[in-house]
This record gives sequence, C-alpha cells and structure tokens, in this order.
Amino acid sequence: MAEPTARRRLLPPYLLSSPALLLYFGFFMAPLGMTFLLSFNSFDFYQGIQPDFGFHNYLEVVTDEYFHEVFLRTFGISVAVTLLCAVLGTPEAYILHRMRNPWKSLFMLAILGPLLISVVVRTLGWALLIGDSGVINEALLGAGLIEEPIHLIFTTTGVIIALVHVLIPFMVLSVWASLQKLDPAVEQAGMSLGASQFTVLRRIVVPQVMPGVLSGCLIVFALTASAFATPAILGGRRLKVVATTAYDEYLNTLNWPLGASIAVLLLIANVIIIASYNKVIERKYAQAFK
Amino acid sequence: MSKNGTIALAFHTLFIVFILAPLVIVCLVAFTSKGYLSLPTDGFSLRWFRAILDNPDFIDAFWLSIYLGLASATIALAISIPASLALARHRFPGRGGLTAFFLSPLMVPHVVLGVSFLRFLTAVGWNGTFVGLVLCHVIIIMPYSLRLVLASVTGMDRSAEMAAVSLGASSWVTFRRITLPLILPGIAGGWVLAFITSFDELTMTIFVASPSTTTLPVRMFQHITETIDPLISSLSAVIIFITLIFMLLLDRFYGLDKILVGQGR
Repeated sequence: MAEPTARRRLLPPYLLSSPALLLYFGFFMAPLGMTFLLSFNSFDFYQGIQPDFGFHNYLEVVTDEYFHEVFLRTFGISVAVTLLCAVLGTPEAYILHRMRNPWKSLFMLAILGPLLISVVVRTLGWALLIGDSGVINEALLGAGLIEEPIHLIFTTTGVIIALVHVLIPFMVLSVWASLQKLDPAVEQAGMSLGASQFTVLRRIVVPQVMPGVLSGCLIVFALTASAFATPAILGGRRLKVVATTAYDEYLNTLNWPLGASIAVLLLIANVIIIASYNKVIERKYAQAFK
Repeated sequence: MSKNGTIALAFHTLFIVFILAPLVIVCLVAFTSKGYLSLPTDGFSLRWFRAILDNPDFIDAFWLSIYLGLASATIALAISIPASLALARHRFPGRGGLTAFFLSPLMVPHVVLGVSFLRFLTAVGWNGTFVGLVLCHVIIIMPYSLRLVLASVTGMDRSAEMAAVSLGASSWVTFRRITLPLILPGIAGGWVLAFITSFDELTMTIFVASPSTTTLPVRMFQHITETIDPLISSLSAVIIFITLIFMLLLDRFYGLDKILVGQGR
C-alpha cells in the first residue's frame, strides 16, 4: 500500500512539537537548571546570595542534625503511610472488584472523586475531625469514653492519618487496574478443585495483583515524601518535613541556596523512586503481553 | 463471581466512611449558625456562606484561580494537540524520549518546581505577574492534558481522514473537519482535568504567588495556618460542590478510573 498522502503533507513532527519544546526548555529545564546551580552558591545574611561554587550547602544538609531529623521524619512518615495504604487499599480494591454495578461505579466515584478536591480542603476536614475540640474528641468526651481529648493534631500520627486519606485512592486505583486483568476463570477453577476462599486469595489473587500493589506503593511513597499542604497544616510549626523545610528556607530564612540543595536532594530521591516504579510497570506489561 | 462476605462489607463500609468523613464534616460545619466551629445542631444556617461574599480577598482569589485555570488549561491544550499529533502519527528519532520529556514534570515534586519557578521568575523579572503564573501552571498541567489527547489521537480511526484527503481536502481542512471532531472527547477530558489540576494547585503556586497573584488555594492555606473558622468551611463546601460537578462531567464523558490511572503525580 502506498504511503497515505496525508502523512507526507503533515508538517514534520519536530515543527508540531516545537511550541511544547520551546515552553519546556524555557520554563522547565531552565528553572530546574538554575536551581541546580543555585544549590552550589552560598548565602550571606547581609549581602544575600553569593556567586561562589561549593558543596557546603549539601554538606550542611548532610551533617546538620536538624536536617537529619527532618529527612528521617519524612522517610518514617512515608514508610508508615505507604504500608497503611497497601494494607487498607488492597483489600478495598478487591472488594470493589467483586461488586456489581451500579454499586461498583458509585463507590469507585466516592473513592477516586476526592483526588480532584483540593488537598487544602481535605486536610481541613481532618483538622475539624481530629482537633483537640474536634468532632471525634467531642463525641468521645460526650459519650464519657475518654476523660481528656486525644491529642492528634500537630502530631505525627495525625499527619499520617490525613496523608493516608489523601493518597489511598492512588493505591486502590493501582491495585484495581491490575485486578481488571485477572481472569475470573482461574479463580473459579481453583474453587472447583476444592481450594478454600482463603487459598484462592493467597495462591491465585495475591500473586497476580502484586505488581499493582508495588506500583501503588511507589506512587504513594513518592507523593508522601514530597507532600506539603497536609504536613504544613496538621504538623504545625514544629513538625517539619522536607517540603515544609524547603519552604521555610525560601520564604522565612530567605536562604535560597540551602533551600535549593534540599530541593535538589528531594528531586534526586523522587527520580530514583519513579524510575524503579517504571521498572515495575515495564515488567508488568512484559508479563501481560507474553 | 462470588459475593463479598459480611466482614468484607463491614470493612468496605468503614473504608467509605473514612474516605467521606472529612468532606462531610467540612460541609456540615459550613452550615453552623454559631460564630465558632461546631456542628449545626440547632438548624441549618447560611450565615457563613453569606460571609464569603463579605470577604473580597477570597472572592478576588477565587476569580484569579478561575482565570488562571481557564488560561493555563487552554494554552496547555493548544500546545498538547500538535505535540500529540507528532508523537502519535510520526516515527522519528527521539520520539520515545520526547514523550518521556513531555510527561517528565510529573516526576518533579511540586515543591521543587515551586523553588525553581521562584528563582526563574525573579531572574527574568516576571515574579508576581499573571503571565508568569500561567506559564508555570501550563508546565504542571501539560502532562495531564497531553496524556488524554495522545490517547485519543492514538485510538482514532484514520479511514475518515484518508477518505477526506483522497477527495481533495487540504490538510488543514482535514484536521479541522475530521481529526478535531474525532479527538474532541480527549480534548474536552484533558481540558477539564487540566483546569481542575490548575485550580487545586497549592504547593508550587505558594512559592510564586505574590499579594496581587494569590490564588484561592494559597489564600485558603494562609487563612488556615492562622485560624480555622466556619468561614473557611463554607468556602471549602463551595469548592467541594464545584469539584463535584466537574467530577460528574468527567466521569460521564470519560470514566474517572481511566483518567486517573497511572497518575504518578
């Protein structure tokens, strides 16, 4: 068959993508590159940013105990949120998968919908729920179940609970997508051969959805590690994570070079996480098309 | 397919309560008649919704966010359409790399984008301008719009296009009369998703927003870090309601799961 003339008449691909390319180089690569360079400069309290070059900012982040604490706390919160999302989100995805319409689409909408609602609004909801005079404490006090309010707001636990809420839809979605590829006949075969419900779940379902769980974990981990709004609102002034610390350096201390080095480290960590996420996806597709 | 057991349904109920509770609480508190945070135990009142109208800075921030979303979503789509055509229809060196490059803002945490844009805008003297803010938002929402447009261009049946060309239509007429209408669902879905993403964006914007370019999420964040009152609840309830409408639109036209799957923001 002859090459369709439409293709020959179309503008060359590079011309078509040139607006996007121009924008990306001007407004994406250039800012990132400038921040990378900035992270090697130094900062003087009186004279501002000094155009010298050195690794002192990175050295400060690596050696200062305050930053150790911040990075460790962020890592700890990320691990906790990821594990909770996996433990709670995976069974929920399976339950959803076994539901029938219209329930299935209704609950899917209820779980995925919040992703489109501003994180500020969702976090505000948690501040109203878990505050010292919040709904949960008032209800428990009113029922006489507790003597003093449970202190959750401005604690790591409170931040973790809210972040699980913010990010668990990604986990459900990821596991749900891998459940879609599951052949129900295999489950039925297992059942008909006398396997118990639990055995079918353990030997047939779980191994097949593992890639989905894993990629969900990586998304959730990456997003928790760089979360800003939730820890900023529910963590208060003392409970700093990497993102809120970078914000402080930029807008309160005005030490941009130090903030830039924190940002560069966060970016590197994130790229490593996403790269391994893509590896998992590739392997998943390789399995699916075998 | 076997049915869910009692334990599964109990778990499911708790899960849904967990997901919806914060949003329901925000909406309930918005209707309180009291001057402080409380549930509307003695009747619903609209006083805090009226109070929004007495706060011009929230209203200004709301309109700024709307204009920002309209402008950035439209620009992102205008750039995404030719780029998608190039990526989906041509085999050229660097195609895979280019696709990955166009989706790469997803890999960069918004805090990192925020500090980078602040540095960049300050250097070129565009800090605090609406144009600068729009272009920053275009970078953030491009991956979302590109992915949806790319999917619809890739999935499109090209026989109608070929028929048009063989009947002597120019490439522009073919694009406008055949291609564009066929990929319109992808364009519409991409635009709505881009608009919502821009409208909700806080973490990047908070770095580059100046007093004259304060978006609604930034204004709300500043308010919440100072005080949490019923006013912020009623404002949030309005946002939940607006988002709900967009959500139903997206779900109707496209399916939320399809739009959001693999959204490794």
